[in-house]
Amino acid sequence: MSEYKEVINVLGQSAWSPYLAGSLIGVLAWFTFTLSDKPIGASSAYATLAGMIGKLFAKEHTLNLKYYQDNPPRLNWEFVFVLSSIGGAFISSYTGGEFEVRWIPKLWEKIHGTDNYAIYAFIGGILMAFGARLAGGCTSGHGISGTLQLSVASWISLLCFFVGGVITIQFLY
Amino acid sequence: MKKFFQALIFGLSFGFLLQKGGVTKYHILEGQLLLSDFTVMKVMLSAILVGMIGLYFLQQKSLVKPHIKPVQLVANIIGGLIFGVGFALAGYCPGTGAAALGQGNLNTLYYMGGMLVGSYVFAELSETLNQTVKTWGDFGKVTIPEYLHVSNKVFLIIFAPLLFLVLIGLSRL
Repeated sequence: MSEYKEVINVLGQSAWSPYLAGSLIGVLAWFTFTLSDKPIGASSAYATLAGMIGKLFAKEHTLNLKYYQDNPPRLNWEFVFVLSSIGGAFISSYTGGEFEVRWIPKLWEKIHGTDNYAIYAFIGGILMAFGARLAGGCTSGHGISGTLQLSVASWISLLCFFVGGVITIQFLY
Repeated sequence: MKKFFQALIFGLSFGFLLQKGGVTKYHILEGQLLLSDFTVMKVMLSAILVGMIGLYFLQQKSLVKPHIKPVQLVANIIGGLIFGVGFALAGYCPGTGAAALGQGNLNTLYYMGGMLVGSYVFAELSETLNQTVKTWGDFGKVTIPEYLHVSNKVFLIIFAPLLFLVLIGLSRL
C-alpha cells in the first residue's frame, strides 16, 4: 500500500519553496482585492464556460436558469483570470524545464497502469464542479480568498474539501 | 478593458506561482490527500497568513471591500464533501488543474469536461437548490471574529502566530 510513497518521493518536489510561492499568492490577493475588487477564484470560470456552450445549443433555456440569471455566462474577470493562469503556468514550466506533454499522470500510470484515468477524472470533474457551486466556491475562492477574509463559510468548506478528499483517496491508492 | 488587463496579469501571476509552488503536479496534490506530502498545505496556509495580514491593513484604510460568502451550513458541508470526492478522483482542483494544463498535462482535459457537465447540471437545479439546501442553516455573511465577538485585530494577534507555528511544524514533517 505504501508503494505510492516511493513514487511520490521519486517524482520530486516544487521548483520554489512552497512557503515563498504561497506567500506571493497571498500578496497577489492583496492586489486582486485592491485593484480589481475581486477575490481570487477558479471554479466559476468553468460554470461560465459551460453557460457559453449552453447558449450555443439552447440559448433561451440556458439564460432562464437561475444560476445563469444571477451569473450571466459571458466573458468576465474570473474567466480571463483562469484562462491566463494556464499561460502563467506554461511560462513557469517552460522556462523552468518542467514542461511535459502527458495524457496520464505519472503516479496514476505507475500504480494503476494506463487504464481508467479518463473516466475517474471525468466523474471527479462533475462532482467537483457541482460541489463547488453548492458550497459556494472551490479551493481558491473558499480555500484562499474566503479563508484569508476569515469567513466562517470558507473555513468550514475548506475543511470539508479535505475530509472528502482524504477519505476518497484511500480507495484509490 | 482595464479590468480584463488586470485579470490577464493577475491570472498569469497566479498560474506562474502555482506551478513554481509545485501544486500543479498530480502526485503532489494526491500526496497531500494521502497525507504523505504537505506542499499543498504549505502553499495554502502561507497564502492565507500573508493574505489575511495584508487585507487587515487594507481594510483599515478602506482600500478593499469584503467579499464574504454567506454561511449555508448544509450546502457548505455537503458541497464541500462532494467537492473533496471529486478532487481526489481528478487529482486536481479547478485552479491548480488549469495551471497543470499550462505545464503540459493534457490529462486535465478529462476532468475539465466533467466540470462543464457538473456546472451545467448545477445550473439546471439551481432554482430548487437555492430554495432548499442553500437555505438550511443560513447564518449570513459572518467572519470568525464576528462569531467569537472579538475585534479583527485581537483575533489576528492570536491567530496569525498560531498559523505561523503550524507552518514551522509542517516544515519538520
